[in-house]
Amino acid sequence: MIALALPAQDSGTFTPPGIEELHLPAILPWGAADGFSKQMLLVILSVVIIATFFLLAARKQQLVPGKLQFAGEAAYSFVRNGIAKDIIGGRDFMKYVPLLFTLFFFILVNNIYGAIPVIQLPTFSHVGGAYVLALIVYVTWIGIGIKRNGLKYFKLATVPSGVPFYILPIVVPIEIISNFLVRPVTHSLRLFATMLAGHLIVMISGAGIEFLVMQENVLLKGASVLVLAGAIAMYMLEALIMVLQAYVFTLLTAIYIEGALHADSH
Amino acid sequence: MNQAIISAATEGGTNPLVPNPWEMLVVFAGFALLLFIVVKYVVPMFEKTFAERAEAIEGGIAKAEKAQAEASAALEEYKQQLTEARTEANRIREEARAEGAQILAELKEKAAAESARITAQAHTQIESERQAAVVSLRAEVGTLATTLASRIVGEALSDDARSARVVDRFLADLENQNAGVAK
Repeated sequence: MIALALPAQDSGTFTPPGIEELHLPAILPWGAADGFSKQMLLVILSVVIIATFFLLAARKQQLVPGKLQFAGEAAYSFVRNGIAKDIIGGRDFMKYVPLLFTLFFFILVNNIYGAIPVIQLPTFSHVGGAYVLALIVYVTWIGIGIKRNGLKYFKLATVPSGVPFYILPIVVPIEIISNFLVRPVTHSLRLFATMLAGHLIVMISGAGIEFLVMQENVLLKGASVLVLAGAIAMYMLEALIMVLQAYVFTLLTAIYIEGALHADSH
Repeated sequence: MNQAIISAATEGGTNPLVPNPWEMLVVFAGFALLLFIVVKYVVPMFEKTFAERAEAIEGGIAKAEKAQAEASAALEEYKQQLTEARTEANRIREEARAEGAQILAELKEKAAAESARITAQAHTQIESERQAAVVSLRAEVGTLATTLASRIVGEALSDDARSARVVDRFLADLENQNAGVAK
């Protein structure tokens, strides 16, 4: 942040931090352009946090739960019943609970990083992780569709029933594009873009406050309070979006799986 | 800002849509590890607890139902026993009453028999006494009458045998007369 403010002080004009600020120097080797980055450390940390929490919560299983077990059960039930059971339903949903559960908490913790001081970096503000998760989901739901319906699945997924044949030449390409090409892209970019934008907003407001506080003019100095108020509001919004995006990503995964399972009835 | 993105994209270094393959690998490995832990430990543990809890609740309900059934059976039994006890008490009371009545009747009978016996005894005694009186009277009356008659008639009538015959005949006539009247 100090590095960002310095050029502004020199030139007297405000230069907002850009995309390149998201790519911090590597930790190992320290300061290198490539190598073991903060993002990688945070991903590993998230795995440790989630695994530790749920293993501890599930370790001493009692019929009447304690506080930790209750929290773990509530979190688990939220994904199990609130997403998997409600969307997929039937007898099949239990098979997909582990995937949905892992997705939700993996994304949630990696997003929440952005709202925690010092860490302050949502993992998915780098597009790579979002690509990986979207790809895993993409392979999964196509695999489920083929396993359930055979190769007929591609016909079921692209040729909607009850559509007059003369419209099919238009509908089928649209369905192919929307289901098989656009879907994984939007799935990953939605998560990435919201995290990137949120992180940029927090960075820009931080830099803006710093810039204004450094000004000689008292009025401009005072205006930093307004920016601070706005920054806090944006921070709250961002925290909400971090949770919301984890939910949306998992919910969409459940919807895609459900669509693949019941392709014949769609 | 747009300028910055475009210029960065053309440079290729900081295009935000170009992923870092190492990061992708770390995310994939981390996610796979977490998924493995979840599949292997977390989900089975939670599901086990949920199943146990459901079973415990259902078992508790079954137990409560059983206890309820037992309690109502016991109540039924107690009611039946109470009814039986009441019937038994009534029966005993009835029996006691009947026995009392019987005892009373027996006593009455006995008393009546006793009184009858006493009466009969008295009658016999009276009869025998009367008989004795009659006998003695008859003797005395005879003697008295004879004495009186001899006093009145004098010596002529001193023959005992004859006077006795006369008296007997007289008395027999008297008795016959009495019997005729009685008839």
